[in-house]
Amino acid sequence: MSTEVQIEAKNLTIGYGDYVLIKDMNFTINKGDIFIIMGGSGCGKSSLLRVMTGLVAPLKGNIFVDGTNFTSASAATKDKIMQKNGILYQSGALFSSMTLAENIAMPLQLYTKYSASQIKELVSLKLALVGLTGFEDYYPSEISGGMKKRAGLARALALDPETVYFDEPSAGLDPVSSKLLDDLILEINHSLGTTIVIVTHELSSIFAVGNNSIFLDGASKSILARGNPRDLLQNPPNDTIFEFLTRGEGKNAQKTK
Amino acid sequence: MKQELDFSTSGETLTLNVSGDFVSYDNEELKSRLYATAEDNNIQCISVDAQKLGQWDSTFAVIIFELKKIALKHRKTFKTLNFPQNLERLINLAFSVDRKPAQPETSSGNFFEKIGAWGINLWSSVDKGLNFIKKSGSSFFRSVTGRSFMRSIDLSFAFEDCTYKALPIVSLISFMVGLILAFVGAVQLKTFGAQIYVASLVTIGMTRIMGAIMTGIIMAGRTGASYAATIGTMQVNEEVDALKTMGVNPIDFLVSPRMIALVVTMPLLTMWSDFMGMLGGGFVGVTMLGIPFQKYWELSIDAISLDNFLVGIFHGLVFGIVIAICGCYYGIFCGRNADSVGSATTKAVVSAIVWMIVMTGIITVCCEVLGI
Ligand SMILES: Nc1ncnc2c1ncn2[C@@H]1O[C@H](COP(=O)(O)OP(=O)(O)OP(=O)(O)O)[C@@H](O)[C@H]1O
Ligand SMILES: [Mg+2]
Repeated sequence: MSTEVQIEAKNLTIGYGDYVLIKDMNFTINKGDIFIIMGGSGCGKSSLLRVMTGLVAPLKGNIFVDGTNFTSASAATKDKIMQKNGILYQSGALFSSMTLAENIAMPLQLYTKYSASQIKELVSLKLALVGLTGFEDYYPSEISGGMKKRAGLARALALDPETVYFDEPSAGLDPVSSKLLDDLILEINHSLGTTIVIVTHELSSIFAVGNNSIFLDGASKSILARGNPRDLLQNPPNDTIFEFLTRGEGKNAQKTK
Repeated sequence: MKQELDFSTSGETLTLNVSGDFVSYDNEELKSRLYATAEDNNIQCISVDAQKLGQWDSTFAVIIFELKKIALKHRKTFKTLNFPQNLERLINLAFSVDRKPAQPETSSGNFFEKIGAWGINLWSSVDKGLNFIKKSGSSFFRSVTGRSFMRSIDLSFAFEDCTYKALPIVSLISFMVGLILAFVGAVQLKTFGAQIYVASLVTIGMTRIMGAIMTGIIMAGRTGASYAATIGTMQVNEEVDALKTMGVNPIDFLVSPRMIALVVTMPLLTMWSDFMGMLGGGFVGVTMLGIPFQKYWELSIDAISLDNFLVGIFHGLVFGIVIAICGCYYGIFCGRNADSVGSATTKAVVSAIVWMIVMTGIITVCCEVLGI
């Protein structure tokens, strides 16, 4: 795997107004990484994702995508970069007034000049990739939560993105569906070389798919640890991260030692 | 078994002996006396003995919880004796929450600071509103000239909603309003023997303003509310975020089709409402005043003046814009939970009605000045 840098955050401070969530973050995400953003509830993971995908401006600092400053880019450049992102929202965020096929076709209609039949083929390919062949004409309200997420992933993949962002992909899924989604993420990463950024607290996913990570801490408003999650478990740099990665057993385990 | 909350003080120690079943215990008076005693400065140690405790539920646990809180707050010793294990664990669990919700820093401030903050708030929301109006205005022109991304199906849905689906209710209400105007007018005019003027009264009233106002209020409640709810729900479901990150301007995509639909249909609905109101008047004219319908209708048509008619239609147009903007504004700026969709809907309807009345005032003054 090459080690080209895909995304780089420099002195990034995020928050809302006067309310700072995380201060002075620095991290890099290489091309082809599966990068995990972890941390306790409410520490600002989703907010960081919103900053990285350009929905919210950071309070301070910059994000570079492929060497281009994304934060201070002009609207046109920003749009270009955003087209190379696929995002799977926590709830799937499918447009409820459209069928699955229409949902997935939308980015294609927006940014490509493909013919209707070409788009139709692409849509069925993307749906097949996520295992939803035959659901073209279903509305989002007619499918289950797990299927919505997969359909959302199909839409995120519509334009063959360079980076796919996931906000809590396994939230609300049963263990089996969640495992299937993890497998799908790995598959996409391996086959297409897509860089993947995932916000999650699901430990099994973290260890199953992640090869790089940052751990955000709300109390100190900083990045508390970084690196491959499996290495972090082997050599935990501090108690908080050890506790997190062992579902809070860490402290007790140490006490009984 | 009868429950008893028996407490006594000796020296610096408050001893509480509980016995019996504490289920749905609600002796507020005794509880507050107990707490007051525990808070007393002379007491340094609170000890609870649950030897004879029978069954218990949260109403009992809450007493222990409160006592322990008092003890912690005033740094008193808190001792429990013979506690059932599950109760002990429950209480420990209640005190093991170690993190407080992170409070955004807020300055309490004095009176003037508060007024200042209020003023800044007000200004920023006015600014936000004006900004939104500016953006939707430019988006409106972009979409009319076909330079924005919008699905034709969304437009046709929006049109459907403000045309034949709205007609029955608009017809009914307008007919009733015409009828009421005629009825009230007739009673008065009869005393002068001038009941024949009922036709002009109803016609002028409906075409100049009532048609537009009634249509506006109905559409604010029907369509404005549904805009706020639909767009608000999309906000909650992160659909609006998805649009933005796809590079689609949510105002082009969500607001413009709805605005176009209302701007086109409101004047038409207003005309229809005028017509239905006149019919309503005719009903009273024929049944109560015994004017033949033919005659009544002729009188009505005679009473229509182009000025009044156009002013009414103009009102309709303005109301259409107001309803669309209020509905979409509160939808787009809806919070992220189900609750906020409800409040967005309410605000959309209320503000649409308020702004319609304000606009009516402004238009009336302008007409007065222009001599229309
Ligand atoms: N639009 C907003 N305006 C102000 N504060 C916000 C806003 N959105 C989120 N917050 C606050 O920012 C904090 C972090 O929220 P965020 O959604 O990023 O947390 P999170 O780490 O994703 O948590 P979770 O794991 O529970 O999803 C929360 O305390 C929240 O109250
Ligand atoms: Mg989150």
